[in-house]
Formats: sequence, C-alpha cells, structure tokens
Amino acid sequence: MSPGGPAVPVQDRPPTRESPVATPRHGRSTRARQDARTGLALISPTFVIVLVMVVLPIVWTVSLAFQQVRLLNLRTTGIVGDYSLDNFTAVLTSSGFVDALVTTLVYAVCGTGVAISLGLVAALALRQPFRGRGLVRAALLLPYVAPVVAAAFVWSTMLNPQYGVVNEWGTGLLGWNDPIAFLSSRSDSLSLLGVELPVPTALLTVIAFEGWRSFPFAFLFLTARLEAIPETYEEAAKLDGATPTQRFRHIVLPQLLPTIAVLSVLRFIWTFNNFDDIWLLTGGGAGTEVVSVRVYNFLIARGDIGAAAAQALVLAVILAVLVTVYLRFFGRGEERA
Amino acid sequence: MSDRTRGAVRNTMEERALSVLRPLIIVGLLLAALFPFYYMVLLSFRPLNNLLDDPGALWVPLSEIDLGTYRDVLAPVDSGGQGFLTFIRNSMLVALGTVVLALLVAVPGAYAVSRLRFFGRRQISAMFLAVYFFPSILLAVPLFVFYTRIGLRGSLVGLLIVYVAQVSAVSIYMLRNYFDTIPESLEEAAAIDGCTRLGVMRHISLPLAMPAIVSNALFIFMIAWNEFLFALLFLLERRENWTVSLGLSRLSGSIEVPTTTLMAGSVILTLPIIVLFFLSERWLTGGLTAGAEKG
Repeated sequence: MSPGGPAVPVQDRPPTRESPVATPRHGRSTRARQDARTGLALISPTFVIVLVMVVLPIVWTVSLAFQQVRLLNLRTTGIVGDYSLDNFTAVLTSSGFVDALVTTLVYAVCGTGVAISLGLVAALALRQPFRGRGLVRAALLLPYVAPVVAAAFVWSTMLNPQYGVVNEWGTGLLGWNDPIAFLSSRSDSLSLLGVELPVPTALLTVIAFEGWRSFPFAFLFLTARLEAIPETYEEAAKLDGATPTQRFRHIVLPQLLPTIAVLSVLRFIWTFNNFDDIWLLTGGGAGTEVVSVRVYNFLIARGDIGAAAAQALVLAVILAVLVTVYLRFFGRGEERA
Repeated sequence: MSDRTRGAVRNTMEERALSVLRPLIIVGLLLAALFPFYYMVLLSFRPLNNLLDDPGALWVPLSEIDLGTYRDVLAPVDSGGQGFLTFIRNSMLVALGTVVLALLVAVPGAYAVSRLRFFGRRQISAMFLAVYFFPSILLAVPLFVFYTRIGLRGSLVGLLIVYVAQVSAVSIYMLRNYFDTIPESLEEAAAIDGCTRLGVMRHISLPLAMPAIVSNALFIFMIAWNEFLFALLFLLERRENWTVSLGLSRLSGSIEVPTTTLMAGSVILTLPIIVLFFLSERWLTGGLTAGAEKG
C-alpha cells in the first residue's frame, strides 16, 4: 500500500505446474474447464475491487490532468471535457516545481543510501550469534513497524529548539552556541576547519528520519541473505589467510550485491513517492517540499484538481523512466535475487 | 617479514578492531532504534510544566509519574479531553474491517492464482503486483474527487474500501507464494476421493495455509492501523470519524494541546502495533523474507 508497509519480496514464479497424472483425455479437460471457471469466480472479487478502486482511478487521473478541473466546478465536469495541455505547461513552468523535483531526487537517493548502509552495518554486526540476538533483532525492527505519525511526532519533539532533548544536550553538553531548528531551518552554515559550509538542515533531518525508519527493512533482507551464504567459502578463505575485511570484500559483498540492488529499487520507489514523513515533520517547508507534498497542496489548499493530477502524473512518469533505466543497466544480474 | 606473517598480523589487528567495534555498533544501533520510543513513554508520564522546567531529564522519579496525560487524551471532548477513545474505536473498526474483508477476497483469490489455470491468470497477478508499487499520491487525486462527488468523503466505509482495494492485491501476492509451497499431491488425493475443487480448498489447503493467513492478517492490520494519507484526505473535516493517526497529527499542530498529553496519544497509537509485532515477530519476519532467501 505504501512505503510504510513491509514489502513483498520480488521473486521468480515457480514454473507452471503441468498435471503429472496421466488422466483420461476426456476427464482431464472437463476438470480443467471447471478449474478455469472456479478460478475466475474466485479471483473476480479482488479483480473488480482493484479495477474500480485502483486501475480506473489511475486512468481518470490521466483524464483529469488534461482538463481544467477545480474543486468548485467539479460537479459540472464530465468525462468529455475540454482537453488541453494547459495544466502541464502551467505546472512545468511554475516556480517551485523543478526545485521540488530536485528535492525529491536528493531525498530519495540519500534516504535510500542511508537506509541501506545502516541496514548493512546492522546485518553484519549481528551476524555472529550471541545471547539475546533474537531480541536485539526484533528491537531494531521497531522503527519500521511503528506508526509513522507517532514516530514523526516524537522526532519533532526531540528536535524541538525550546524543550527538545537533543538541543538541550547539544547546548548543555556538546557546547552548541544556539539551539538548532532542525525542522524549520532551510540552511545553516557549518564551520569546518575554518571553512563555512552551507548545510540544508531541514532536508538532512528528513533524510535522517527516512534512514532511521527504513534501515530495518534493509536489515531484514540482508540478514536473510547473509544466512543463506554457505559458511564453507569463508572458512576456506580464512584458511588461506584472508583477513575479515578481505573476506567481506571478496566473498560476502558479491553475494549481497543482488539483494542490495533489489533493495535500492524498492526503497527508491517508496522514498520517491513518500508523502507522510515530510508532511508530518516539516509540512514541506524549509526546503523540503517534495512533489507529493506539492500535489497534496494543490489538491487541498488550492482545490486545483487538474494541476494536482498533472503533477502526480509527471512524478509517476519520471519514476517509471528512472526505474526502467536502472533495470536496463542492472537488470540482468538482479533477476535471480 | 614474509607475506604470510604480515598477513597474519593484519588479520589479528583487524579481528581485534572488529571485536571492539561490533559491540559498540550494536549498542549504538539499539540506542538509535529504541531511544525515541523510550522518550515517548517518558514524556507521556510527565506533566507539561515539568518538561519545560527540565527538558534534558531522562528519568522520571516514580513519585512524579503522572497519568493525568492519559486521562486527558482519552476523555471525550465535552468533558475537556481530546476524545482519543473515539479515535481508537474508529481505527479499530477500520483496521479490523479491512482485515476481514481483505482476507475474504484475497484468500480465495490467492488460491486461484496459485492452483487454477484460467484465462488471464498471469496478467492479473502482474497487475496485482503493480498495484503495490503505484504511488499512493497518484491515487489520492482521483479518489478524492470521486469520493467528493458521490458523497463518501468523511465516512469510515469509504476509507475501508480504499484500504481493502490496496491491501488485497498485496495479500494475494503473499499468500500465493505460500500456497505454491503446499504439495499438490495432497490435494490430488482428496480430489480422487471425490472432493470438489472448493471442498479441497476448504478442507485441505486452507488449514495448511493457516500460519500464512494469520501473519497476513496481522500485516494487514498494521498497515490499516498505521495508514495516514488517505485518512487525512477523506476524514479531515469530520472529527468524530478521525483515526488515531489522523487525530494525533491534527492535534499536534495546535498549540492548545500540551505536548505531553499528545505523547500519551502516541503511546496509545504505537502500543497495539508493538504488542502485535512481538507476538508475531517470528511469523511475520519469516513470511516477509521468504522470497529473499531463495537467492
């Protein structure tokens, strides 16, 4: 349903079963015909509800994107309307759309990167059994299963400049001069070795939140993959004198790469479309406006349905293009993951 | 020094470094993962002025624990509370309704996709998988317009229908993988004994698939309970129909409700999920990674 939910792992279909029993020709075809009818009957409720609530709405979005529909004139708009490209030209040339698109990309790429790196570190650190490992693993999954609204609320309280615990410690113990407005400051300058660097504070904070919330997902998948690597490879390498980093670099990492590739696609898709996290943390302010938040604002605040539909469509098309390009380049190796 | 001894030295050094780093990393990750939840519970026990006096405190003495926040957040609006009891009822209705309806359509559907060869089977399962990757925000626009037009906006039933549509496609995918692992020979034996297809499904396959169905039910419950975007889109103007997620997010925007009271609300929102998660963790994680292990 959304980035919030655990994923269904992508995997190959097992080959279609042919009936192994040699039944008489006549009886088999009757049974096959009955099966086909039963199958259609059993699948049709889901098919109908998905068709009506997902597929048709998508088609309708396309239609809406080419019409001048506003919440106010909604009741008078039909399927046959005045179709034009006006929404697209307006949206693509409007101020802020390109910025939002860039922000979305940065957010998705960095969020995915942080989540997968943390997940990898966690999976490797917990590879060797120890007492209580099961409990630690379960605990590390909490950020992922917890409701996003509660998690975002706790984070924004923790980061609050007035009474948040992070700023309290930062100013009290770490010697920060001023509390940092993590969620409402577009840019701060950080002096590092005498050089003043501009830092997009709020954007980094929402990326950190995304990394925190999604690393358990990567951790889960990488742990499963690690457990499937036969121990003999590493034992042999150890006997040949390979050090731990060499064993990781040449034995473990190559085995994990296909999983990492799949994870990158999944996490990128979900982060790219993410609405909840940013809406809840910053409301899209302070340089964190991503396209999905913009779509929501056009839809609700401005009631401009046509423009909202056009932007959602542009977002989906860009995503589809990016994922297709990625799969073209890396698709071969991934299919077995 | 020969290559071999140099390698051995490097090996010892790396192993020593890792044996120090590993526990540090584990502790660091645990702190990062758990601290926000600890902070949530901690703040929910403190009155607001107590927090403002001492924002850095990481401990609340037993004598100062104040459960008034929970009373405030749960009590109905007309007696001065925030009405979370109503929100809990709404969330429960929607989440349980989604579980029941989604399983009712998805279990037979998954069986059909796994076992029966019918026209368009491959296309239909591909479509269901694609639903999982559709951006919700792309669906938000047309569904909002559609619901506004037919007057379903603001009703819990409307929300329920959207959840069922999105979740049942995914459930079919998950359950089908499980049905695929049940040996067909069991079903054939029953068929030879004169069972009809539906009889086979009911008496043989469903009982065998129970673990998967239960973990799927929990998964659906979590999704529906945690969902935010569609609740925000459809229920915003009807406070009596708010879900817990929506209620918490709306009230946290207003300055009139004390933060610590809302922390109690956060605990109420999070607790059912964590309890369910720990009850079912083994099933759930096993089911979720079933595909990844195939390598």
